[in-house]
Amino acid sequence: MSGQALWFISRATGVVSIVLITLVVCLGMVTAGRRRPHGESATVVMGLHRWLSLGMLVFLGTHIVTAISDGYVSIGWLSVLVPFTSGYETLLVGLGTLGVDLLVVLLVTSYLRHRIPEHRWRLIHWLSYAMWLVALGHGFFMGTSDQPVLRVVSVACAVVGGLMVSWRVIASHSDGERRREIDAQEWT
Amino acid sequence: MPDSSEGVRIAVDRVLCTGHGVCAQTLPGAIVLDEWGYPVIRSEAVDPEAAALAVKLCPARALYRR
Repeated sequence: MSGQALWFISRATGVVSIVLITLVVCLGMVTAGRRRPHGESATVVMGLHRWLSLGMLVFLGTHIVTAISDGYVSIGWLSVLVPFTSGYETLLVGLGTLGVDLLVVLLVTSYLRHRIPEHRWRLIHWLSYAMWLVALGHGFFMGTSDQPVLRVVSVACAVVGGLMVSWRVIASHSDGERRREIDAQEWT
Repeated sequence: MPDSSEGVRIAVDRVLCTGHGVCAQTLPGAIVLDEWGYPVIRSEAVDPEAAALAVKLCPARALYRR
């Protein structure tokens, strides 16, 4: 009974985690893509991005600890950080582990951002897209594979994130457009 | 400078700044935005707590205390 409860908690917190990760990645893209601020939104987006990324750790931590301590399937504590060492679903648990490794890199470099050159921090921070993708794969193919309702959550996260990526690619050149406008105008 | 004793002084690194406008929102009055969305510092001495938050939240790491 308690084992079953742990398993359900693990799956539930996993679903919440992927939703929060998607949200944090989207907020990051809004910040990275925006050039012309409107009202208070830039501050709210930035604050949410920072604090949700930490708040999400509570759910992700619970997801990992309950999945391992449950004992119904064999996932060792080593699999928290070393990918593809799990006896159960080696590949798919490994994807989750890879996501955790990337997340650790992202968290540590952002925490020490003041000590890292800006361009290097930015380069490392692009790993968040990879982290989001492996987490999504882990959730879609494993955690929610036999649950249509939960699978909808995975798909929704993928769709929302995908739309945001397209927006990020299209909208991030507003400065360039403005520069071309200025360049084209008559100089007196 | 008569008002420097009341608060900390802030400045913007013009090279790093990408014009998100977060500093103008966290330090209203002290920082306003030009028509391009880049900050113009109106008063250098600001409340230390508000300044710390604004420095922390700057997405480009361009705002700093000096």
